[in-house]
Amino acid sequence: MRKPFGVLLAGAAAIAMSFAPPAGAQQKIRIGFITTLSGPAGVIGKHMKDSVDLALEHLGNKMGGVPVEVVYGDDQFKPEVGVQVAEEMLKKDQVDIVAGVIWSNVMMAVVPVVTGAGKVMVGTNAGASPLAGEQCNEAFFSTSWNNDESPEAMGQFLQESGVDDLYVLAPNYQAGKDMVAGLKRTYKRKIVEEIYTKPGQQDYQAEITQLRSKNPKAVYVFYPGGMGIQFVKQYVQAGLRDRIPLYSVFTVDETTLPALKESAIGQYEARFWSPDLNVPASKKYVADFEKKFGYTPSYYGAQSYDGMMLIDSAVRANKGSLKNRAGVIAAMKKANFKSVRGPFKYNVNHMPIQDFYLLQAVAGGKDGAHMQIKKKVFDKHKDSYWQSCKMK
Amino acid sequence: MTYILVFEQLLNGLQYGVMLFLMAAGLTLVFGIMNLVNLAHGSLYMVGAYATVAAIDWTGSWLAGVALGLAATLVIGMLTEMVALRTLYERDHLDQVLATFGLILFFNEAVAILFGRTALYMSLPVWLQGHVEIIPGSIYPVYRAAVIVVGLAVAAGLWYVVARTRLGMLIRAGASNRAMVSALGVNVKLLYTVVFGFGAALAGLAGLMAGPIYAVQPGMGEMILIQVFVVIVIGGIGSVRGALVGSIVVGMVDTLGRAFLKPMLASLISPTAAEAAGPALASMLIYLLMAVVLAVRPAGLFPNR
Repeated sequence: MRKPFGVLLAGAAAIAMSFAPPAGAQQKIRIGFITTLSGPAGVIGKHMKDSVDLALEHLGNKMGGVPVEVVYGDDQFKPEVGVQVAEEMLKKDQVDIVAGVIWSNVMMAVVPVVTGAGKVMVGTNAGASPLAGEQCNEAFFSTSWNNDESPEAMGQFLQESGVDDLYVLAPNYQAGKDMVAGLKRTYKRKIVEEIYTKPGQQDYQAEITQLRSKNPKAVYVFYPGGMGIQFVKQYVQAGLRDRIPLYSVFTVDETTLPALKESAIGQYEARFWSPDLNVPASKKYVADFEKKFGYTPSYYGAQSYDGMMLIDSAVRANKGSLKNRAGVIAAMKKANFKSVRGPFKYNVNHMPIQDFYLLQAVAGGKDGAHMQIKKKVFDKHKDSYWQSCKMK
Repeated sequence: MTYILVFEQLLNGLQYGVMLFLMAAGLTLVFGIMNLVNLAHGSLYMVGAYATVAAIDWTGSWLAGVALGLAATLVIGMLTEMVALRTLYERDHLDQVLATFGLILFFNEAVAILFGRTALYMSLPVWLQGHVEIIPGSIYPVYRAAVIVVGLAVAAGLWYVVARTRLGMLIRAGASNRAMVSALGVNVKLLYTVVFGFGAALAGLAGLMAGPIYAVQPGMGEMILIQVFVVIVIGGIGSVRGALVGSIVVGMVDTLGRAFLKPMLASLISPTAAEAAGPALASMLIYLLMAVVLAVRPAGLFPNR
């Protein structure tokens, strides 16, 4: 059977049309993604990068019908390198938007560079307080949280559950002090002692011996990364796991569980998301992530996945383009995408208004222990700085 | 109660010191005998930890894993010496620092490629878990006690080898006059390789003992290397005896400083001032000590003649 030539031509045109981006759309959306890919913290960067890759796969490598390209940059945990990477992305790679960044100090340096170049920045981890308050920025959106919110949630839980005589440890730098300040905002009972240790310290046996002699009812710590692995292992080896409950923020998560295994069991954490969260978008993210990469994703990854989905929502609302800055900001404010944390709204400071949970590490899973949500601590929580943000 | 507390902190200090000694002994031997500044000593510590984790995984037995891990570090150390370091003995220290810094980058990336960047888990056999009551009322983790015993045993063994054996005699001779030892028909090349491998194995032992209590991750060696350099500067570069004394002093000062400096300051100055100054001063203490030692005895406590 012969088809009339005209039909064939129309068919070809239709196929060609379906590949062509919508009118007014860009040829290609370029996203710069900054994280830490080298050094011990490179594991966090890997969680984030793998999540961005998965988000692109879920989007079919297109946003609003336009092909997407992500340029990755390694900030090496240094603000000055972060700035260099951002400038290179903006000038050489001509990115339309920048996302990522793990560390508050890198974020504080990178945001002015990106927004100063007329682009929008989507922060997918660092929760520096100035960016939520006085230095809030109309071109900055976060898919994570403000630093203080997790400790506030933990403090709230400890306050509600009547824990008294709390012993507090954190590294002696700004974030460590912030995490204790956040705790104190909601926890009003007795703190036996506040100990600040050297950043990067490996051995906590001396501190643990002191702690045991004070016999507190509970211990609260903030020890991110390797410090947390060391503190928790040594705490368990000192025989304190069953005697004094250990509560923490940013210490035990899916990046450190493979190194902690059974010694994590019983640990309490507070945060906005956990792989077992019962939200369809989250379930899909976790299942596909585990299938593709063979390990359990962390909140670092979940936030980065959300970051890509937020950018996608802005591209779709602007008919396949990120060139209209005001349009992008207006679209992002709506948070019109299926977030892994469930539906949420942006506050005036462009920080999510979201729930926080108490988690506990329980036995089971491939690492011998995994995080489980125990209860919701905060419902639609706003950070403590939004009132000093002048944006409306 | 307070006596028990002080006793436990002294034990903690000793344990930390012993760990530092295992690292410092190798580093100071290599410097004293080969005149080589080896920044990559921390990498061998990391290699020891990783090799042991891998070997425990592979054999399924903890003791066999430890033995294999140690042997692997020895071999890797000797290979490193033969391939990369041999050409550096005649060069000046700056070249050595540059080259061994390159080795740090190489080892960190190699480990990250082979094992990934996620910190690894290292198990402990049941008989090393739990606690012992050393004096009544004081419970101490068995593992930490074991570290002290192993460390002191190694120190004794090292003294015996250096002071009482033929190998030790050659090592001492090589340290004081290389040309003469060589002229007397000793294979100095081989001697250097053996000494370097020996030092690497000691670093590996420290690394594998650190595995169950510290985080086994790329770059773990650099975390401890700085303190080890403080130790050998205090003890006198090239002196094993100095390394032992320096290690125990640094371990004690650091541990006791972290435990008791803040309460002590609080009774001297106001508690709020102690709150701020205590932790800062405690983390500076070993460097202050080093500065004082350098001012009084620039060659360290036990200079290597």
